[in-house]
Amino acid sequence: MMKFIEGTLMKLVRNLGRPSLGPLTLTAFLLVAAANTAAAQGRAPAEPAPVVPAATLMVPATPEKAPDAAGFIQRWLLLEPIDANGLTDNVVQATVKKVYFPNQFTVVPQDGDKVTVGGAELTWHAVDTKNYNVNLFHFARSLGKKTSNVLFWVVTVVNSPQEMHNVRLAIGSNAASVWWVNGEEVTGIYGDRQTVIDDGVSKRLTLKKGQNVVRGAVVNAGGATDFCVRFLDADDKPLKGFTVSVGGVRK
Amino acid sequence: MRKTMLRNSRLPWFFLLCGAVLALASIAFALDGQIGIHDPSTVVQSDGKFYTYGTGGSALVSDDGWTWRRGVTPGRTGLAPDVIHIGDRYYMYVAANSGVTKAAVNMIWSRALDPDAPGYKWEEGGVVASSDGIEDANAIDPGVFLDPNDGRLWLVYGSYFGYIRLVELDPKTGQRRNPNDQPRNLAINCEASDMIYHDGWYYLLATHGSCCRGADSGYQIRMGRSRKVTGPFLDHQGIDMLLGGGKLFLGSGGRVVGAGHFGLLDLGSGVQKFSTHFEADLDRGGASVLDIRPLLWKDGWPVAGENLKEGTYEIESVRTGTALELAVEGMPVGGRVARGGGRGGGRGAPGGGRGAPDAAPGGAAGGPAGTGGGGRGLFAGQGGVIPSQDAAQVSMNWPAGNIGARMGVYLLQAQQKWNIAAAPNAGGYPGSPYFKITVAGTDRALAASADSELVVVPAFTGAPEQLWRIEQLTDGTWRIMPKSVPNSKEPVALSAVGSSFATLSKFEPGSDKQRWLLKTP
Repeated sequence: MMKFIEGTLMKLVRNLGRPSLGPLTLTAFLLVAAANTAAAQGRAPAEPAPVVPAATLMVPATPEKAPDAAGFIQRWLLLEPIDANGLTDNVVQATVKKVYFPNQFTVVPQDGDKVTVGGAELTWHAVDTKNYNVNLFHFARSLGKKTSNVLFWVVTVVNSPQEMHNVRLAIGSNAASVWWVNGEEVTGIYGDRQTVIDDGVSKRLTLKKGQNVVRGAVVNAGGATDFCVRFLDADDKPLKGFTVSVGGVRK
Repeated sequence: MRKTMLRNSRLPWFFLLCGAVLALASIAFALDGQIGIHDPSTVVQSDGKFYTYGTGGSALVSDDGWTWRRGVTPGRTGLAPDVIHIGDRYYMYVAANSGVTKAAVNMIWSRALDPDAPGYKWEEGGVVASSDGIEDANAIDPGVFLDPNDGRLWLVYGSYFGYIRLVELDPKTGQRRNPNDQPRNLAINCEASDMIYHDGWYYLLATHGSCCRGADSGYQIRMGRSRKVTGPFLDHQGIDMLLGGGKLFLGSGGRVVGAGHFGLLDLGSGVQKFSTHFEADLDRGGASVLDIRPLLWKDGWPVAGENLKEGTYEIESVRTGTALELAVEGMPVGGRVARGGGRGGGRGAPGGGRGAPDAAPGGAAGGPAGTGGGGRGLFAGQGGVIPSQDAAQVSMNWPAGNIGARMGVYLLQAQQKWNIAAAPNAGGYPGSPYFKITVAGTDRALAASADSELVVVPAFTGAPEQLWRIEQLTDGTWRIMPKSVPNSKEPVALSAVGSSFATLSKFEPGSDKQRWLLKTP
């Protein structure tokens, strides 16, 4: 994954595009790069990201939304990012189990609801994604928020017309993430990784008739961040025949 | 020369099936010399040398593709260059970020890559692709591809923030063919992409996972294929790379972690290789290093092969199924046994019948109870465990001096087992050193004779005709070529003639007579 480059190295990397990089600069680059493996790839410098509208995200315009043709859930409530560090199994587990705001593991927020985390007021946003995935980088960038070393809480409600047995929650995320269905932790993936469809898959679950709450926590270290979620049926085919909703949407 | 123990063989399954089984304890080789580089460009040949360029202006050059040294920084430096040779020009594409996702790919070109060559001068060719910091792309990590069908030139680029994109270039100038054409999206959630063509399919190879974390780097090369250069590129499960699909081509294994930045190195005559870097070579302190490996094909997909590892092998002809052997009389493993079980008897001694049902367990000719003896008679064995045959048991009967080589039915005999080991300080070829091939347990070395035949000499001297270039072909079999033949400049390869003889002859890519399986005895 692309990593942001900080400080001195950032300035050096800016010079990389210039013709005939001087030998001293080059040497300095190599020395710094050798000392900072994340920088060895020489990726993007750590300039503040511009505030750019999230081209892949929209405000929901209907009460409910069916999954897309491949079964992906495209409607979510996203909480503005919380500072977080580390992607290893234990660190991520500790990060997502820490209580940041009241009813963290049970609340089904409304669009525009606010919580206070570490003295900062954070807002829940209802979104529809145009794609199979939800681009959290777009989301955070559109709000002028951090995209690196952050935790995103995401929630949606699956409306099942009948009880559905032997289904599985299938997720992919950049980077680590942990997921709950109706309050039960069902799957998690860890480490610095990119979103791969059906990367993490739960054991067989039952969706009850009516509302089922799907909750996720996505932890990103640096660079792009997104996630995708769908249910698989007993034959590992995309589950359909349900809708998702996120309650009222602020106008 | 560096050697590493193979600890986690990642051989393709068909490679196992076709019998080219490598011993887990065999020796793997990494390239020799100064091979530290990150994000290497596709290895290209120029005036008999091999070149690659990496992030930050690093450059490597090699005379033979095996031993590498530091090269000269090109005229423009940046991120993850790629290079292609078209006509009399070498085009280099190299990127730089000026913001989080604001980036540009610049082209420079030169008529030579050797700084001492008359045509060596890097000229600026301008920007061929860019991203504005807002759009869903990060215009770095270029990969350039010349379509062999129609000569059109393409550039793929991108890195994680958004899409891998495709734009068309002008092969006459290396520049963008039409800057107003919108780039096409081919993949997502990856970087370091490149494209190749094979048998009616375009393949997009891109790197997933994390770079730049040493031995914690999850870098891995994945791929999809399409009938059209413009996609869609689907993986083996039918998942579009635009949805994050990708069939694994190469990840970590052995003593190296995190493969990335695929580049095709086509040596012709059915020999394809690829260049890559590994994020961490455990035998080089976790440094990022260049590697070159065989490129194989199976069921319409490229497969990452393995360079030959040192070990003892049966060398079996794909064509005939017979094995290369020293032309001496063989001794059956365990000694000669007369029919019927009598050891050392003359031929035709009466036997005990074909598995007589009343044969007593552990009978006269059979093994003791519990050792698997089959009872008295023809199939009774000789009792106990028969040790493997090695040269020390039988070589006293072999003539001194030069001995011929021939082919025979493989019977696990000493003259049929060959030790293949790197020849010290003898150089190599892309991906491997030259090898010496000796009868296992002896110093008797396989050599090319002046008349392009085979001979086994009493001792290895390091002469060129005793050095062997052993390369995996695209079907997973092996081509075995002497470095040279005395008084000849014609490259030749080990070739089956009939079922019982081998010779050296010009390599014919479409034939199976020069394809060999290397099996562990």
